[in-house]
Amino acid sequence: MSISVDIRKKLGDFLLEISFETDSKRIGILGPSGCGKSMTLKSIAGIEKPDSGCISIDDRVLFDQDQKINLKPQKRNVGYMFQNYALFPTMNVVQNIGAGLGLTAEGKNERVREMIERFHLNGLEKHYPGELSGGQQQRVALARIMAYRPDIILLDEPFSALDEHLKERLQHEMMSMLEDYEGQVILVSHSRDEIYRFSDELLIMEDGQVLARGKTADLFDDPGSVAVARMTGCKNFSRAKRLDEHRLRLTEWGIELELERAIPKGTNAIGYRAHAFEPVWGERQKNCLKFNVSGVDELPFERRYYIFPEDAGSRTGATELICWFIQDSERAQMDGQPAPDYLKLREESIMLLHE
Amino acid sequence: MMDFLESLDWSPLIISLKTGVVATIICFFLGMYAARKVIKLSYKAKAVVDGILTLPMVFPPTVAGFILLLIFSRRRPIGIFLDQQLDIQVVHTWLGCILAATVIAFPLMYRNARAAFEQIDANLVYAGRTLGMSEMNIFWKIVVPTAGPGIASGTILTFARAMGEYGATSMLAGNIPGKTGTVSQRIAMVIQDGDFATAGFWVVVVLLISFGIIFLVNMVTGSRMKNIRRW
Repeated sequence: MSISVDIRKKLGDFLLEISFETDSKRIGILGPSGCGKSMTLKSIAGIEKPDSGCISIDDRVLFDQDQKINLKPQKRNVGYMFQNYALFPTMNVVQNIGAGLGLTAEGKNERVREMIERFHLNGLEKHYPGELSGGQQQRVALARIMAYRPDIILLDEPFSALDEHLKERLQHEMMSMLEDYEGQVILVSHSRDEIYRFSDELLIMEDGQVLARGKTADLFDDPGSVAVARMTGCKNFSRAKRLDEHRLRLTEWGIELELERAIPKGTNAIGYRAHAFEPVWGERQKNCLKFNVSGVDELPFERRYYIFPEDAGSRTGATELICWFIQDSERAQMDGQPAPDYLKLREESIMLLHE
Repeated sequence: MMDFLESLDWSPLIISLKTGVVATIICFFLGMYAARKVIKLSYKAKAVVDGILTLPMVFPPTVAGFILLLIFSRRRPIGIFLDQQLDIQVVHTWLGCILAATVIAFPLMYRNARAAFEQIDANLVYAGRTLGMSEMNIFWKIVVPTAGPGIASGTILTFARAMGEYGATSMLAGNIPGKTGTVSQRIAMVIQDGDFATAGFWVVVVLLISFGIIFLVNMVTGSRMKNIRRW
C-alpha cells in the first residue's frame, strides 16, 4: 500500500501546494487551522478538485490533471471520517452502516451484522444518531466506513469537537479499532498529542506548504527549524551564535552553552521544552541559566513558571518569557526548599535549530 | 337541510380537490428539482433565476392569469401549436385550472425546498459520495428525508394555495360548472347571486378539508421525523 499526492490548489490568496509519497501505515498531518490539511484530505477523497497535479493509491490513479482523470468520490474507494461524523440523521444504526453497500440484501445483512459485532454496537441497531453518545457515534461512523472496505481511511480532526474527558478515551478506542485495518490511515489534526500517539510518519504543514516530513519521533526529537519545533509544542526559543564546534552563545538569553556533540554549521537558534529544565541549587554548573520569576500559574497537576533570564540584562518587551513547567511530583519536592538558583539545560534536550 | 344537500351540485368540490392534488404533485417534484439546481448556481445566476421562479408569488394572481392567457390563447403561436399539433386546449379547460394553480403555488414549494436544502450539512452529502452512493440515492435517501420538515411544510402550503386558487384560474380556465368551476369560484358566484347559504356551506367545507389535510400531513410527518428536536 502506498499513496502518492502531488497537488496544487488556489483559493483566493491561499495556495495549497503539497507533495508526498509514502507507504507508512499511519500518517499524521499536523498544522494550525486553515493550513490546508483538510483541503488535502478532501482532494484525496474527491470532495474538492485540485487545480493541477495527481493523486494515486498504489497504481490506481484517482486524479491526474494532465491526463484529465478525475474519479468521482464514489469510485475512489476512500473512507472519510468527518469531524462531526456525518451520520445520516434519518437512518438508524443499521441503515447508516449499510447505506453505501451495493450488495444483495443478504450480503448486506451479513456485512452489517459483522460490523455491529466488531464495533460492539449490539442493542443499538434501531437507534438513531441523535440518540447515541459521542463514543457510540464514532463507532458507527467507523463501522460505516469499514463496511465499505476502503483502500485508505482519512480521519479529518475526528476528536477536535469532543470534551476533554471523552477525547482521551475515544482516541484510544479509535486506535485499537484501527489496529487490524490493513490499509493506510491519514489523520489530520492540530493537536500534537493526538498526532504523536497516532502516527508513524508525520507531515507538518503551514500556509498550504509542507514544512517538514519524517518519522514522527524523529521530528519531535530534532525538528530542525524553529517553525517546526514550535509546531511540535516547543515553547522556548533563543537566537544563538555558533562560536565553535562545541560552543554556542544564546543571544536572547545571555548565556553560553558548551555541548559534547558537534554543533552543525548554520545553527542560529535553539529550542528547549518547558518540561526539560532541571533546577539547580548552590554552585552554578555548566549550561545554567540565572533567572527571575515573572509569574506562576498553578494547574491541577502542574505548576507553570514564566521567567526571564537575568543574564540578558534589563528585561525589554522584546524578549519572550521563558516557560518552565513542573509536574506534580517535582512540585512537592520544590515546595520544601527555597527557590532554585539556576535552571540547567540538559544537553540531550537542547534542540539545535535554524530559523 | 337534506333537501339542500341533495339539490347541491358537488362538482366544485371534486374539481378543487383534483386540481389541488394534481398541482401539488407537479409542484412537489418540479419545486425540489428547481431548488436542487438553483443551490448549485453562482450567487449572481442564483439571484436572477430565483427572482424568476419566485415571481408568480409576488405579482397579483390576475396578472399571472393574464400572462398565461396571452401565452396559451388559441389565437397565439403556442396556443395554436398545442391545439393543432397536439390537440391540447388550455383555456377554459380543467388543464387550465391545473396550470394556473401550479404556476401560482410553485414558488411556495420551491422556496421551502430550497431553504431546507440549504440547511443541510454538506458533509452528509460528501459522506454519501465517499461511501459510494449514487447522486440519486443521496438525494432521495439522505437529502430529502433530512430536509423532511421543510419539504412537508412546502407541500402543505402548496396544496393549500393550489386548492384555493382563484384569480389566475378565473382568467385562464374560467368558471364553467362541472368543468372548471372550483369551490373558490363557486363561492364568488353564489355571493353575487345573493345566495349566502350556499356560500357559507362551501366556506365551511373548505375550512374543514383544509384543516383536515394539514392536520393529517403534520401527524404523519411529525411521527416519522426523528431528527427534529423540540426547543
